[in-house]
Order: sequence, then C-alpha cells, then structure tokens
Amino acid sequence: MSSKTSIVLTGVGGHGVITAANILGKATVNADVNVYVSEVHGMAQRGGSVICTVRMGDVSSPLVASGTADAIISTEPIEALRYIRYASKNTKVITDVNPVIPFTVAVGGEEYPNLEEVFKEINSRAKLYKIDALKIAEDSGAIITKNIVMLGALAAVDVLPFKSDILFETILDNVPTKYGKINEKAFKGGIDAIKSI
Amino acid sequence: MDIIDEKPEKTILLLGNEAITRGALEAGIDVATAYPGTPSSEIADAFSAIAKYLKKKGEKPSFYFEYSINEKVALEVAAAASFSGLRALTCMKHVGLNVASDAFMTYLYVGCRGGHIIITADDPYCHSSQNEQDNRYFALFGSAPMLEPTTPQEAKEMARLGFEISEELHSPILLRTTTRLNHARGAVNLKKLKKSRGKGHFEKSPMLVTTPAVARARHPELLKMMERAEKISEKSPFNEIVAIGKTSKIGIVTSGVSFNYVKEAVEDLRVDAKILKLGMTNPLPRKMCGKLIKACEQIIIVEELEPFLENQFKAMAYDMESSVKIFGKSTGHFSRLYEYNPDIVTDALSKILKVKNPISKPIDYKIKLPSRPPTLCPGCPHRATYFAVKKVAPKETIYPTDIGCYTLGKAPPLEMADLLLCMGSNAGTACGLAVSTDQKIISFMGDSTFFHSGIPPIIDAVHHKRDVVITVLDNRTTAMTGHQPHPGTDFDGMGNPAKKILVEEVVKGCGVEHIEVTNPSDIKGTAEAFKRALDFKGPAVVVSKAPCILLENRAKRKAGKKIPTYTIDQEKCKQCNICIGKFGCPAFYYGENGTVHIDEQQCNGCGDCVQICPFDAISEKEEK
Repeated sequence: MSSKTSIVLTGVGGHGVITAANILGKATVNADVNVYVSEVHGMAQRGGSVICTVRMGDVSSPLVASGTADAIISTEPIEALRYIRYASKNTKVITDVNPVIPFTVAVGGEEYPNLEEVFKEINSRAKLYKIDALKIAEDSGAIITKNIVMLGALAAVDVLPFKSDILFETILDNVPTKYGKINEKAFKGGIDAIKSI
Repeated sequence: MDIIDEKPEKTILLLGNEAITRGALEAGIDVATAYPGTPSSEIADAFSAIAKYLKKKGEKPSFYFEYSINEKVALEVAAAASFSGLRALTCMKHVGLNVASDAFMTYLYVGCRGGHIIITADDPYCHSSQNEQDNRYFALFGSAPMLEPTTPQEAKEMARLGFEISEELHSPILLRTTTRLNHARGAVNLKKLKKSRGKGHFEKSPMLVTTPAVARARHPELLKMMERAEKISEKSPFNEIVAIGKTSKIGIVTSGVSFNYVKEAVEDLRVDAKILKLGMTNPLPRKMCGKLIKACEQIIIVEELEPFLENQFKAMAYDMESSVKIFGKSTGHFSRLYEYNPDIVTDALSKILKVKNPISKPIDYKIKLPSRPPTLCPGCPHRATYFAVKKVAPKETIYPTDIGCYTLGKAPPLEMADLLLCMGSNAGTACGLAVSTDQKIISFMGDSTFFHSGIPPIIDAVHHKRDVVITVLDNRTTAMTGHQPHPGTDFDGMGNPAKKILVEEVVKGCGVEHIEVTNPSDIKGTAEAFKRALDFKGPAVVVSKAPCILLENRAKRKAGKKIPTYTIDQEKCKQCNICIGKFGCPAFYYGENGTVHIDEQQCNGCGDCVQICPFDAISEKEEK
C-alpha cells in the first residue's frame, strides 16, 4: 500500500477553495502526518478557475501527477471535469451540482455544457459523487460554508489517512466561535450527503 | 496567531511566504520593507499582520516594517538599516528586482553591515506576471550570494541562517523563490524568536560613497567576497547529496522546487541515482560539483526556466576535461518554458534513463468547457470608468494600461487595454504614442502604480506638452495583491496613522493644467469629465475615484450595514444586451428565451447597472 494520499480541490475563486485546502493541511499536521499543500493566489483569484492540491504522507512534491489523485472535490461541476486528468478509475470525484456560469458564456459566446453529459464523462473515468452542497450550506445557515460541506463529504469517502474527528476539530479551531454551529451543520451535512448516496 | 504565538519546537502549517517571515523573526529582524507583488506579497503581509496583532495586544513589535513606494525605495530603506548595523529584509516579485536593480548592483559593491536578505519571488508560467524572467541571473550579474529553498521548512531555515551568511560575507544575499514555494504550505518546525537589535548607529566611511575611485577599489573586494562565499557554499548544509537506492553512476543536479519532483520521480521510476540538491546556488560549490562530475557517467540537470546550473556544469566539466554526458535543456529533454510538475520531470527522466514511465498520459475530456479566466469583480468601479470612457472616446482611441486589477479590462466586452509593458508604462507609452500617431490616447493606471512609477512619465507629458489623457483609477488600495496600503491611504503597513497623499494634488504639483476628479459611480458625470479631458489640448489627468468594492462591502458588513442586491423587471427589460454585451458585469446571465437575470450570489450591490439600463428595468431588491 502506498503511504501517499493526494487530494485535488477545485472550484471558482470566492468559493473558499484555498481556505478548505488550508484547513485540510492543518488537520493533517494535527494528525501528525506529513503534508504539502499547493495553492493559487493573486490574479487567479478574481472569479477564475481555482485549483489547490493537498498531498499527505510520504510525499516530496506538493503537485499531483496525472491519474494519481485519491479524491477530487469541486465546488462547481465543470471545474471537476476541467481537472479530471488527475483522476483514475479509483479516484473519488465529489462535486457540487450547482453550476456557476462563467462570464465567457454570456459575453464571449462560449457554451456551458449539458450537466448530465459532464457527469456522464466524469463517471466514465472515476467514481462520481454528486451532492447539492449549496443547498446543504444554505440550510446550515450560510452559503459561504459550501467549502466546509465539501470537506465533510471528503471525510465520508474514506481516503484521508486520519479520522474525520481531527478534520472536524481543525475546522472549529479555524472559524470564529460564533460560527461554530453553522460549520458543524455544514460539515455533518456533507458527511450525510455522501452516506445517503 | 500561530506564526508568533506557537511555542518553539512546535510544528505548524505555514505558507512558504509566512515561513520566510518566521525565519526572519527567529533571526531577530529589525527592518523589513517591501513593495507587494504576487507571489511575494504574503511575506510582507505577514509582517504587517503581526505588527497590527501585537499592537492590538498592547505589545510593541520588535521590528519596523513598511510597504515602500516601490521596490527600489524598499531596497534603499533596508540597505540603510543594514549600514546602521541592523538586520534587514526586502521582498519583491521577480520584476520588482528590475526596478530595484539600480540600487542592487552598486549595493553589492559597497557591501552591508547588518545581515540583509533580498527576496526575489520568481513566477515560472507567469501565473500573475508579465514575464517569467529567471532572476538567478541577477545573482551572477551582480555577484550576489544566493539561496534557493525547496520547502517552506527550508525557506524558514534559509531566512534564519541567511542573515549569518550575509554578516559573515558583509554582503546582501538573494533568497530566490518561485511561486510553488511561495504559495505552498508545509509543516514548519519552529525555533525560538530572537530579540532584535533595536536602534543602530551609522558609522561614516569614505567607502560608502561610490565615486568612480571607490567603485574601482570595491570591485576587486566584491570578487574576493565571492571567493569566500564559495567556501561557505562548499560547507553549506543547504548543498547536499541525496542518494537514492544503490551506488550509482547517474547524477541528477537540481535546486528549488524541482528537487521535490525529482525525488518522487526517481522513487517512482525505481532507479538508483545521486541527487545533488543545491540550496546555495551562487556561487556554486565547485569542488562538490567536481566530485559528482568525476563519480558519474551521466548527469541530468533539472531546473525550471534558464539553463543556469546546466551551463555552469558544462563549463566545469570542460575545465576538468571530463567526458561526462550532461542532459538537460540543451539535449532537448527539458524546456526553458513555464513551470515543471511531476508529469514533466518523470517523463523526461524516464526517457533519459530508458525506463518505463509509470504515470499514464492524461486523456483530455471530450466535452468542450467554457474558459473561466479571472475577471473584474461585480461592482468593480473600474468597469464603470471604462464604460463611461467608451461612451465619449473616438473609435481609434488607444488605451495603454498598467499592472493591476484593471488589466482585466482587456477582456470583452470592455476591451480597454491595448498596450502594457511594466509598472508605470501606461503614461510613458502614452507620451510615445502621442509623438508617433494622430490617434487619441487615454491611458490607465491604479493609484498604487501611480505612486510606484507613474509620476515621472506624467512630468514628461507636461514638460513636452503631450496631448494625452492619463487616468488614475483611484480605488484607495493595492487591490490585486491583497489590499495593501500605499501613500494614498491614511494608515501604513504597521497600522499606524500615516500622511495621506492625494493623487490630484501630486499631479497639480507636476504642472498638469487640466485635472478632473470624478466618481465613476456617476457614469454620466464621469463620461463628461473624460469628454472635457479629451477636448483639452495638452496633458490632462482624470482621477476616477471610488473605493474597491471588496473593501467597501467588507466595511459595510463590519458596520452591520446592508449590501443591496439588484433585480431585473422582466416586463420592462427589452433584452437590449447593454448590461451583458457592453457593460459586462459577471453577475448578469441569460436565462431561458434570452431573458436577462442578476445572480444575487455574485452581485456586490454597486447599483451601477441601474444607470446603464435604457429601459429602467433594474432596481434595488432587498438586503443580502
């Protein structure tokens, strides 16, 4: 068994993808497992496509080789497909089902693809888990917790080299105390969403 | 705040940039200066955040930190601290060193007293930059000792120990990073914070005044310093052989983040190799390198961008009359372009070593996906300015632009960026276009760029009576790099009150005779201001002033104020396409049958769209 775990986190600038990667990295340190995280900053953040990678265990590189991700979690469906090269048949791809239409569609005449086609293609290349993270986040009390819903979902697919409690505690350590309850709901909502698939 | 509150010996997760700041604090940093620029900004931002945090707790920060007006001034301020015996640090992005290079090149002749680390954050692949220049050549060019970290942990150690190397050599040193180090997070083991020196004392010396005679005397000293530096390089713990597998005649030479990819690739390919991991890359430890050349039949050089190590290894092999085969860029196995990654490095090594590559070639997705480039935020005041300009400017007008968020105005439908070289180039190229063409010229720069390097070309325009309109998009912050303060804000990088300098007063002082100050959220008024500026014969400056919407909304949230959202009355909407096709706010989208809607999640509540709709179909909805 390889003692390397590679997680790809993708989405749209503003969805909290970097925050999620940071929390996942901190949880890994708390679990006493070696970790290396790569992020996108600067110009890449203004509503653009965002990708972060988190590698755990016996790793030297923060970047993931093609076809070697254990999981891809995406806050937007087509962003999951955009980075599908990191997936193999065994990769668990978890995505929110709610599209965020890029301005290039309205302005540049580009086309947003049929979602069913997108899911079909992801499913043909990896194990797809679809969740309505936006709704779970809304029901939890704040749509900005969508990234926490995604982390909950990740914790439920059995790829992390540590217990989900550690991730949950790290989340609570990294959000203001008054938002603890909302984040708890979001995290558990993510776990339940995977369990109910 | 982990970065200063956690105890020594504790391991915490730090961004590469934060690790550098921590390393400097463990070395007792006295004076840190910067001009923000991706991917370097968080080094400075960490100093700024720590200073504010300590002040809030009622403690006095042990260091002085400033966001300087530009990289050259940042380097000069820190150099003076070093001359006074203090430990100094200056950080900037790679192209920032071009700006600071005038000071940098002669500073190396003079040498330093207190340790001084100059950080150049290079950006292979141009993630957020206008070029991907390899600043390791600055170390060769100016004779600067140079360190290149591989991980955040090593970045912290290099920042900490770099001051000692600098003081031993009496020379400032370069700490050269790349985006994948700056913006990588890793586990960092903390050491004790060191007390800073406080106030220094400037000792006068004729050798500090670089007249030609002094420069001639200093140049041989510089070369001697590099000889001493080479001895340090030979013994440096940052230069080491990492042997993988059994004894091997295969050598791999690498530095910086490339080492990470090499190590995993060698393990994945199951080959035996000696990896020479170079952390001090100028001057190279020639004895150590020579030993590797002697011990190997083939040497593979893995480095991003230019063949900096490769050419030096070839020269060393030539001097040794060695027949070792050197693989790298010149053999076509590695590219001089962009960033490397595990795929690229594993593939090249498998080809050179003739072993099977376990990484399967990625198959592209079959569905065509729409691109998702970065864009001006919904509610960005620059969009309103651009829209107003387009209403009054003749068709052939040229729009020189500059470095900042407003560069994103290049995208359709605004398409308000025609020419860009570097920080401040908008006004300089505007002057040149006025000399060379009969087209109208309206140039754009941000307020931070104005202070950085935008003022001299305005003076040039005034002195030579150029018929140009120079626009300062004044959003009261350095937005793109993370909202740092600048001379136009009334607070500084340590959170202290600061003298706020108004753009319009500066340009008045420069002799500009036609100055318009306008608020872009009044689109009609702004269009009229530009019309008057265009009609004026000679240089005119328009200061289009409105706060960055992200800062404005942050302040509103903090104050408990409501952020409105807007909605479209489908009865009134004639689907004329102005809001999407001309204004281009990304919060707008087409629904079914061409109906137009506003995405409430994206709308930042600026309300500019109310003014641009010819059918009064847009109105404020409810609080968000």
